[in-house]
Amino acid sequence: MNEIILTLFNGVSLGSILLLIALGLAITFGLMNVINMAHGELIMIGAYITYVIQNIFINYAPPEYFDLYFIISIPVALIVAASIGMLLEVSLIRHLYKRPLDSLLATWGVGLILQQTARSIFGAPNVGVTSPSFLSGGLELGSLILPYSRLFILGLSIICLISIYIYFFRTASGRRVRAVMQNRQMAECLGVSTRKVDMLTFAIGSGFAGVAGCALTLLGAIGPTIGTSYIIDAFMVVVVGGVGALFGAVSGAFGIGILNTVFEYVTNATLGKVLIFIVIIAFLQWRPSGLVMSRSRSLD
Amino acid sequence: MRKQNFFYLLILGLLASFMVACSAADNAANATDPEEEAVDATEESDSNEGSDGDTIKVGILHSLSGTMAISETSVQQAELLAIKEINENGGVLGKQLEPVIEDGASDWPTFAEKANKLLQQDEVATIFGGWTSASRKAMLPVVEEHNGLLFYPVQYEGMEASPNIFYTGAAPNQQIVPAVDWLLENRGDSFFLLGSDYVFPRTANAAIRAQLDNEGAELVGEEYTPLGHTDYNTVIAKIKNENPDVIFNTLNGDSNVAFFKQLKDAGISSDDMTVLSVSVAEEEIKGIGADVIEGHLTSWNYYQTTDTPENEEFVANYQEEYGEDAVTADPIEAGYFGVYLWAQAVEEAGTTNVDEVREAAKGISYEAPNGTVTIDGDNQHVYKTVRIGEVQSDGMISELWQTEEPVKPDPYLDEYDWASDLSESLAE
Repeated sequence: MNEIILTLFNGVSLGSILLLIALGLAITFGLMNVINMAHGELIMIGAYITYVIQNIFINYAPPEYFDLYFIISIPVALIVAASIGMLLEVSLIRHLYKRPLDSLLATWGVGLILQQTARSIFGAPNVGVTSPSFLSGGLELGSLILPYSRLFILGLSIICLISIYIYFFRTASGRRVRAVMQNRQMAECLGVSTRKVDMLTFAIGSGFAGVAGCALTLLGAIGPTIGTSYIIDAFMVVVVGGVGALFGAVSGAFGIGILNTVFEYVTNATLGKVLIFIVIIAFLQWRPSGLVMSRSRSLD
Repeated sequence: MRKQNFFYLLILGLLASFMVACSAADNAANATDPEEEAVDATEESDSNEGSDGDTIKVGILHSLSGTMAISETSVQQAELLAIKEINENGGVLGKQLEPVIEDGASDWPTFAEKANKLLQQDEVATIFGGWTSASRKAMLPVVEEHNGLLFYPVQYEGMEASPNIFYTGAAPNQQIVPAVDWLLENRGDSFFLLGSDYVFPRTANAAIRAQLDNEGAELVGEEYTPLGHTDYNTVIAKIKNENPDVIFNTLNGDSNVAFFKQLKDAGISSDDMTVLSVSVAEEEIKGIGADVIEGHLTSWNYYQTTDTPENEEFVANYQEEYGEDAVTADPIEAGYFGVYLWAQAVEEAGTTNVDEVREAAKGISYEAPNGTVTIDGDNQHVYKTVRIGEVQSDGMISELWQTEEPVKPDPYLDEYDWASDLSESLAE
């Protein structure tokens, strides 16, 4: 019984991590159709920002406030990654909206540049981030231990999801974004500045990548290549969830997360990965547009 | 709409095949057969190889970009430091050493290509380089074909002895076998083997299985994860179920960070079970975070804390050159003394001619930071002291145990009866 609960929790936890890294991509790739290969590097930026802020706290803040660094890094990572995303959009991506293959190559190149930049600034070796003390240890339920860091990531991904929902469906600005994505010409005719909307949307997507990077410091290595280990998973989630459907990403993430954990538990890590790919390929044969179909009246 | 979906599918497929290709490259590069290549090695030799007027060119071939750059950059720095020191002391044969630096880019075919370039175009006297077994296996046919030299600085799975390669890292009997013995004696006899899914962990674990079997110890589980794996929750759940005394960890690269962080989060500390790692040194501990890995064990030939006068000087020089925060580690040290061993062999031979240097290198010894290292003429590995250490809260490793004297290298594990089937099946 314990095993089943633990596996389920691990699955949900993996799902929440996948969701967090894919949320930004669900916006830039899903809504805007930009194949952003630099998404992983925006995650990396978030992770390094956490590292930098940690070091600032170590050097300048009294030790009793040390744990605060993590709380502060989240919004800072959001803002910095969003600004870099905005810069990227203005300087490069806006010229490539109609050329998806070119944007794939160009953003791949941007990714490499960002990786090398990180390597030049922080050095090639991984850097260490100490988890804040309130996230070490775990919640004990009988013989089960649910790590606080995992619970925190689960919570964070839910908060991100809710804020995205509120933004897109409850604010005027979000409504404009949806209008532009659904029917660009019509939105233009009604006086929406599509240029500004594009820039803002891409920045938001990038910002969430930064938040994901911040959360990933709790789990794994922080190095220049951190992005490459997550980018494929992120694309997988968005494609399975349904391109264009923000909330498809949610079902995609948790579906993949739980299935992957179960497969890995009954076989092993390598085979689990193979099995999940087989399931995804079969699934996309059956439903090529993903779990959640996006319906729109625009002519493709 | 359908067309677009097809496009996305294509992209996904492309990404997937890219990922698969990355891990497949590792295996493909291992397909070469060392024994067979050795026979084919041509006897071309040039007495002036690598010498060009007043300088002797030596090749340095490490990954300065890509995933392996994390580890290899510092080995390269150590080799450059050794070259600088040798040059300041008058060089080799009265000539200055001139390093020719190439980037293997963490890509195994690139290693072969660059090794070829160094030997053919730059005509270097020797190459110092490589880290992963895959990169060594890629360079092996090249150095044998052109009768070049390669100094390889990293511990590895053994089962190889090319006449053109000097192995300055540990053979399995200088790291893994003594570590297992020590663990059986001191930490319990139920083992869980965890490794990355490629040649080194699989070969190493095959040897450990045979050894455990021979000692009557219990193997409760064995798991492999893809290189770069980041989620260890499921593996940790399996480990918890089996509750072993010891986890023998042959994970490589970033996965170690994820594994140790998540192990701690799952409430397992070094008091509950011992993790002994063979690919985690001071450099990696910085990235993992000392608080996370504190109390766990490692097995190497050298630690920054190793207490020899040579090491004190080496650490001081290294930190002066590369900053106070720089740490030294086993592969860094092996890269460093490899340069000195080569220089000494050249002095002995009086020439940089590969055949003569190889002949002169037999039995040469050097006072390295880890103690006296001696080249074994039979297999071109070195005698080294084995040390088990425990990670401290400051990220340094303190020694718990060491062999009384340097251990004779035995890459094929010929000395061990239990390994007899193993070397036949793995080394063919």
